[in-house]
Amino acid sequence: MTVTEKEVSRQILQLSGANANLCIRCGRCTAACPVAGQMDQKPHRFASLLLHGQADTLLRSNSIWLCLSCMACSERCPRGVDPARLVEGVRQYAVRPRGMAHFSPDQVPDVVDDEMPQQALMAALRKYRK
Amino acid sequence: MPKIGVFVCHCGSNIAGTVDVEKVAAAARTIPGVVVACDYRYMCSEAGQETITKAIREYGLDGVVVCSCSPRMHEATFRRAAEREGLNPYMVEIANIREQCSWIHKNREEATEKAIVLMRAAVAKVKRDTPLTAGRSGVTRRALVIGGGIAGLSTALDVANAGYEVDIVEKEPTIGGKMAQLDKTFPTLDCSACILTPKMVEAAQNENINLYTYSEVEKVSGYVGNFTVTIRKKARFVREDRCTGCGACMEKCPSRKAKNEFNCGLNTRSAIYIPFAQAIPNVAVIDAQHCLKLQTGKCGVCEKVCAAGAIDYTQQDELIQREYGAIVAATGFQPIRPYQFGEYGYGRYPDVITSLELERLMNAAGPTDGELRCPSDGRKPKNIVFIQCVGSRGQTCRDKSYCSKICCMYTAKHAMLIRDHWPDMDVHVFYIDVRTPGKNFDEFYRRAAEEYQVDYRKGQVGKIYEEDGHLMVQGSDLLEDRQVLMPADLVVLAVAVEPSPDARKLATMLTASMDNNDFFTEAHPKLRPVESPTAGIFLSGMCQGPKDIPETVSQAGAAAAKVIGLLSKKELTANPCTAHPEEVRCNGCGECEKVCPYGAISYEEKELRVMGRREKRRVAVVNTALCQGCGACTVACPSGVMDLQGFSNRQILAEVDAICR
Repeated sequence: MTVTEKEVSRQILQLSGANANLCIRCGRCTAACPVAGQMDQKPHRFASLLLHGQADTLLRSNSIWLCLSCMACSERCPRGVDPARLVEGVRQYAVRPRGMAHFSPDQVPDVVDDEMPQQALMAALRKYRK
Repeated sequence: MPKIGVFVCHCGSNIAGTVDVEKVAAAARTIPGVVVACDYRYMCSEAGQETITKAIREYGLDGVVVCSCSPRMHEATFRRAAEREGLNPYMVEIANIREQCSWIHKNREEATEKAIVLMRAAVAKVKRDTPLTAGRSGVTRRALVIGGGIAGLSTALDVANAGYEVDIVEKEPTIGGKMAQLDKTFPTLDCSACILTPKMVEAAQNENINLYTYSEVEKVSGYVGNFTVTIRKKARFVREDRCTGCGACMEKCPSRKAKNEFNCGLNTRSAIYIPFAQAIPNVAVIDAQHCLKLQTGKCGVCEKVCAAGAIDYTQQDELIQREYGAIVAATGFQPIRPYQFGEYGYGRYPDVITSLELERLMNAAGPTDGELRCPSDGRKPKNIVFIQCVGSRGQTCRDKSYCSKICCMYTAKHAMLIRDHWPDMDVHVFYIDVRTPGKNFDEFYRRAAEEYQVDYRKGQVGKIYEEDGHLMVQGSDLLEDRQVLMPADLVVLAVAVEPSPDARKLATMLTASMDNNDFFTEAHPKLRPVESPTAGIFLSGMCQGPKDIPETVSQAGAAAAKVIGLLSKKELTANPCTAHPEEVRCNGCGECEKVCPYGAISYEEKELRVMGRREKRRVAVVNTALCQGCGACTVACPSGVMDLQGFSNRQILAEVDAICR
């Protein structure tokens, strides 16, 4: 069964644990982000694209791998949306189907190569091997 | 057995749509004591009331139950109808089968069943009702206005011009409030002082107005029409009756390091000072904290130079007690100090300022004589960045949840004035939304963008940092979908407004309610917007919520109209539903006094006849004029002797029995 983009977006929102409906589109997340300049999808777009069921744009973007998880966006967000969680949610969704979701720290030397984005590593460890 | 009539209202389809009203009436007829029960389309209509009065006449009813909307809507209507027919108005009970039944239920059968239960409870209560008579009290024909800003002044002037005496209590040494600090006012750009100072002079000269400046309310007691207020007149160390306001003392005072509050601390002032040129009263005041004489005992220069002999270092605070019929809260607001927003660097970078500070920097009477200069080094700024919604509209602990309402307009004003006076300066505004409802308001904002080329950017600022001695602003432009970085000489934060920090203390004294943000709550958000739920307390200006000057003045006038309405009454009717203790069983334990929010309960030694013996005992006494009938004491009383007239314990238990039957 193919999952629609709308359903994917809904799942990501649920996975993230953040409430994107709180967003008032102020843009302080993008303003605070240290790597927004290199991102093809700026942090402020995550909330509205997910709410509008357009997760594919985000899943294809380089933003989820450029994100430093520095949490500056969540720190500055006046509404408590926690945009870093939204980015993390998209990243999780991208990581899981690739079978990269199940490894422990001692496996790290085997799976890490130059191609592997650091964030994928971080995300997998954070979510599954606590 | 008392004869009861039950009247069930359809309220069009509001009730009848969900509740089988005929069934409710039929169920009422089966209750012993109910001699008549009927339903009608609109009980509150003339014809509906006539149904009730006719039944009272024909059946000689002792009690009436109306099954209709909330008692807050039409209880008074039905009580008046009963009174017209000679029935005591407190023998009327309302069963709320609209708000508490039909509006919140969908299932007709269940809703009907609940309506019957509510009706049954009301019948059980009305059977135990006793006729009550409202007491009467006089009205002191003088009003107290707390706060001498534009809100307080407008209310005071309106009340005074109607012929009543008004006292204004202002905590600062001068009246005028925040408006005195503003440079220009939107949307007409007239000079703030030019329109405010005539009002200040008018208030000072009005023979019905008495000013207590540099004073604070210390204690409030009493009730609507009869408040007793203690005012603390703080020591000025200058005799108001002698000081001519010549300013010689200010010139010679050697202590000049105190921050000038009127200029938002952007420059300093002498320890003896007059806040600003048009201050009223034009009388100096000594800031005891910075005065050398008062701190070390050595100096006394001002005393030597004062030709009028007005200086008095021995002056003490003075307590004044006065009676008032009405009290108006006009305590205003203050802009927040945005230290918690570390990313903007307020307090770290002197060139990051708030909008009120900018007002002073642009004002001819300000620290720079009206020449816009960077506070850091006095250079002329080239790039000016405004940041909107600083501390407003947020959900985090740093923010206020509300929109501060005035910032969009004053920023448009600032941007426009800067571009008009100094066309070589570039102005950028980072905004979330531009909110400009109001007469000529949106046109005003558009003029800033269209006529004065102010650069409005939809986005916010995430970081301000220093690079090579320059401030750099890192923000977002959501319409261009990118992050922007620009140098700035001056950054202006449009900070949130918050109620005066003294407001909560005052609200406690007035027993006036407040919301989570410490704004005073109105009695009804739509229909009673300038009254506090506490009788005799009225609200004027920003203390009730963010508003601009035109709105403040309108609200001040509305509050004045309510005050005049109250003061013009010969006497007031009190609510007879007050608490009273059964003295014989009261043991004077003191629990009820502790919980009474109105200070209505005290204790007296009384001689009572208990079980055939005479004995002296401490018992609770309720001042019915102060009692608001909240019922807290009836719950607190461990012996169950405190009872509320019209809501007695046995009535409430009878209702519970009727519901549970």
